[in-house]
Amino acid sequence: MTTATTTPNSAAKQSSGAPVIQMIGVSKWYTPEFQVLDACSTSVQKGEVVVVCGPSGSGKSTLIKCVNALEPFQQGDIFVEGVQVNDRATNLPKLRSRIGMVFQNFELFPHLTIMENLTLAQRKVLKRGKDEADAKARKLLQRVGLSDQAPKYPGQLSGGQQQRVAIARALAMDPVAMLFDEPTSALDPEMVSEVLDVMVELAREGMTMMVVTHEMGFARKVANRVIFMDKGAIVEDVPTEEFFGSPRSERAQLFLSKILSH
Amino acid sequence: MDKIVDWFSIFWQESAEGTGTYAYTLLLGLQLTLEISVIAAVVAFVMGSIVGVCRTLPSPLVRRLSGAYVEFFRNIPLLVQLFLWYFVLPELLPRDIGMWLKQVPHSNFYTAAFGLGLFTSSRVAVQLSAAITSMPRGQKMAATALGLTTRQSYTNVLLPMAYRIVFPPLTSELLNLIKNSSVALTIGVAELTQSARNMDSYTFQTFQAFTAATLIYLVLNITITAVMRRIEHGVAVPGMLVAK
Amino acid sequence: MFSNFDFQVIIDALPYLFLQGMVFTLKLTLLAAIFGTIFGTVLALMRLSGVWPLPQIAGAYVNFVRSLPLLLVIFWFFFLVPFIAQKMVGSPRPIPIDPFLTALITFSLFEAVFFSEIMRAGIQSLPKGQVAAGYALGLSYTQVMRRIVLPQAFRNMLPVLLTQTIVLFQDTSLVYVLSLNDFLGIAGKIGQRDGRLTEMYIFAALVYFLISFAASQAVRRLQAHTAIIR
Repeated sequence: MTTATTTPNSAAKQSSGAPVIQMIGVSKWYTPEFQVLDACSTSVQKGEVVVVCGPSGSGKSTLIKCVNALEPFQQGDIFVEGVQVNDRATNLPKLRSRIGMVFQNFELFPHLTIMENLTLAQRKVLKRGKDEADAKARKLLQRVGLSDQAPKYPGQLSGGQQQRVAIARALAMDPVAMLFDEPTSALDPEMVSEVLDVMVELAREGMTMMVVTHEMGFARKVANRVIFMDKGAIVEDVPTEEFFGSPRSERAQLFLSKILSH
Repeated sequence: MDKIVDWFSIFWQESAEGTGTYAYTLLLGLQLTLEISVIAAVVAFVMGSIVGVCRTLPSPLVRRLSGAYVEFFRNIPLLVQLFLWYFVLPELLPRDIGMWLKQVPHSNFYTAAFGLGLFTSSRVAVQLSAAITSMPRGQKMAATALGLTTRQSYTNVLLPMAYRIVFPPLTSELLNLIKNSSVALTIGVAELTQSARNMDSYTFQTFQAFTAATLIYLVLNITITAVMRRIEHGVAVPGMLVAK
Repeated sequence: MFSNFDFQVIIDALPYLFLQGMVFTLKLTLLAAIFGTIFGTVLALMRLSGVWPLPQIAGAYVNFVRSLPLLLVIFWFFFLVPFIAQKMVGSPRPIPIDPFLTALITFSLFEAVFFSEIMRAGIQSLPKGQVAAGYALGLSYTQVMRRIVLPQAFRNMLPVLLTQTIVLFQDTSLVYVLSLNDFLGIAGKIGQRDGRLTEMYIFAALVYFLISFAASQAVRRLQAHTAIIR
């Protein structure tokens, strides 16, 4: 392992121009009394890897689900490649197909084979032909090391394998960015690393990523920035070195000490 | 042995209606039971699927309408529903249409089939929407996140699983439907139960007539249960549990 | 379309419809639900007893009755009960039996099958530890069932039992085929007599709807309030 503070993802440094994801003052209420997001603003540049962390219930999952409008929000704006997510005129299916998402519980479709899981949206949303979709799927399965699992069903795979399939399924859409919502939280400990390895590789290849996770090792290794959230607000949004070097807020310090002592 | 032959002999007697033997009368009844059931099952499946999906859509208006549909068909006895369609509806329609409706040939047969179908559709709708809502929320999210539209999410992701989940309860609904088709006799359809009664009223061999109908229903039940179980195992998803 | 809808016919018929018809229907529903639950519980215990041949007998009964239409069962019983009574009393000819009693016997025995499946599910959903704990305290089988298992199963399943009772309430309308004086039967007779079937059937549908709907809403509320004991 390289030293913690290096940022191998150099693509981020070079990028310029409009961010891939931009959030401006996003607020969300479940009920008038219960606010889950409080004026969150941040942006993710092309090729950048941003880790979002914070205690449970801090709103981090909700925040990244706002990016592809899986969660509605009442105030603020989100832009993906300049397209406004919260504009009624926006074609959401099209926008969503440009952002890959990986869920905590994999959410593979249990009635479809691994191959069909990878090709369904390619064909229905991107209107790719069967051969093209199949070829793409095979390439990606090979990349996550699961070529031989193509004809199987999700229920026949381990958790770690299912999550790697889920990553491949998202990549099959040629996304401009990937969102990860606690991708390793539902996994048995021995399967965490096989998923993280795939994610590290993806980061090093220059994929734009927004990752909600408690895996601080992953953050140190590949993240350009770390966002720390608490009670629905973004408390810290700093370069990785700075976050692990000198977390400024008390809450972040407490959180880090808890996480790292594990 | 003679006694048994004697016992059965009634079935080979020419029926009083003069259309063949009593065994033949019963088979005609069975045929009507099956025809009503097939039409009703199709109606129940189609309408139940539409209404069931509507009950899970976000729009409050659609939900309320589909909810009202279910409550209407669930809270009125089947027999009364058939009376509503058969005796009341033609009176409420404009005169000409009402008159025409009364003269449609076999209108009682179609009333029974569609009435039974609509009655059962509310039960199918409840099962299906329960299955859809029982699926992890993430499934719909994952489909949405991939860019599938609501319609595509339902046809490709939610419904294929939901139909597998509701397969066992739908099997028992199908069996219920076949049994319920006997209510058609109240509007004059000579389905299986009624043909047993007809045979009884001509021959006074009540025991034989009812026994024959009972056996036919039993065989029907066993056959359909076996077939549905076959299908259930055929469509089972590998890696997921199926009841043996 | 309601221009010649005759409300007076309904108003005139109200006492007869409710004091006689609905009383018949409700009495039949409630008594059949009670007897059905009792017999159903016995069937469930037989099925779960594991003592040959009790599970086989109960299972055969349940599966047999479940595959028959209620109408056919009604016809069977109205044919058979007088003969059974004749055998029991030793009378030279079949004894005519009160139609209400016959209907009650029919519905109790028929619906018991559905109540038994509910009770069986209720018993099976209890943790095995409950029975073990009962035996460990030195209770007998009867005591474990009566004091521990059945009360919990009954309480957990009460909403389902009540829902089945609403189904039973609707099912009782089928005694119409025997021209008994239940709610629907009387509505039909008056409608026929006065040539006002439209009014009477709409009214009957409305009454059935209101009662079933109100009852199922009440059950739903009950369900939300009673937490399942696990």
